[in-house]
Amino acid sequence: MVHWSAEEKQLIATVWGKVNVEECGAEALARLLIVYPWTQRFFASFGNLSSPTAIVGNPKVRAHGKKVLTSFGEAVKNLDNIKSTYAKLSELHCEKLHVDPENFRLLGDILIIVLASHFGRDFTPACQFAWQKLVGVVAHALARKYH
Amino acid sequence: MLTAEDKNLIHQFWEKVSGHQEDFGSEVLERMFMTYPQTKTYFPHFNLQHGSDQIRSHGKKVLNALGNAVKSLDNLSQALSELSNLHAYNLRVDPSHFALQLLGQCFHVVLASHLGKDYSPEVHAAFDKFLSAVAATLAEKYR
Repeated sequence: MVHWSAEEKQLIATVWGKVNVEECGAEALARLLIVYPWTQRFFASFGNLSSPTAIVGNPKVRAHGKKVLTSFGEAVKNLDNIKSTYAKLSELHCEKLHVDPENFRLLGDILIIVLASHFGRDFTPACQFAWQKLVGVVAHALARKYH
Repeated sequence: MLTAEDKNLIHQFWEKVSGHQEDFGSEVLERMFMTYPQTKTYFPHFNLQHGSDQIRSHGKKVLNALGNAVKSLDNLSQALSELSNLHAYNLRVDPSHFALQLLGQCFHVVLASHLGKDYSPEVHAAFDKFLSAVAATLAEKYR
């Protein structure tokens, strides 16, 4: 089980409390598809992904980004139980979606950058530390059921 | 591969870094040491406390080197040749999960936190490609 200090929990909760899940989720997913275009391989059914503008404006990208970040919120609510929180999603990503777990790490890093751009100086090094730890734990939990 | 548009964006955006090499550079390093403690193993000889002179001066050095790379986007190999030697034969920073990737992440965070909306997906992508190219060049001579 992952140990979270009181400070880390505080930093995570404070940032999360101010996050617009729909906006940040959409932005994170769009950036993933733009910065690492090979990740588009998982979204062939999403329609027009031909340019950054198309990706940012794509309604399916926005909706899916919101879905992903909403699910991420489950980790924030269950810091002491992230492994079991994502057990089913892990199986899904392996057996149905066939997503290389490296992509979880990429998305996690991108989410951090999105948070930094939204919160500016408030996204302190200590914040970054707590959040990088969190995205790492989530990525690990999502990869855990792979076989 | 850096497109012409990427290069434009990189040059444009680097204007915003000029004048802030020491501030941005030291913040990048500080974030890296805090977020990825394993990177501290390369600096046993440094005072790694917040605001230390060594961090400020090394941060400035790193950003200045990147600035030189920005001026030579068409010939990174040559521009970074000495640094490439240094990293391969002297510093030998682990290239597999290249600490440079970790440094890169912290760069993005510093730029994003200072530039906000201006750190658009396009700028982010161009810069990420640039940093990857720099890391690859620095790792060129490892073996």
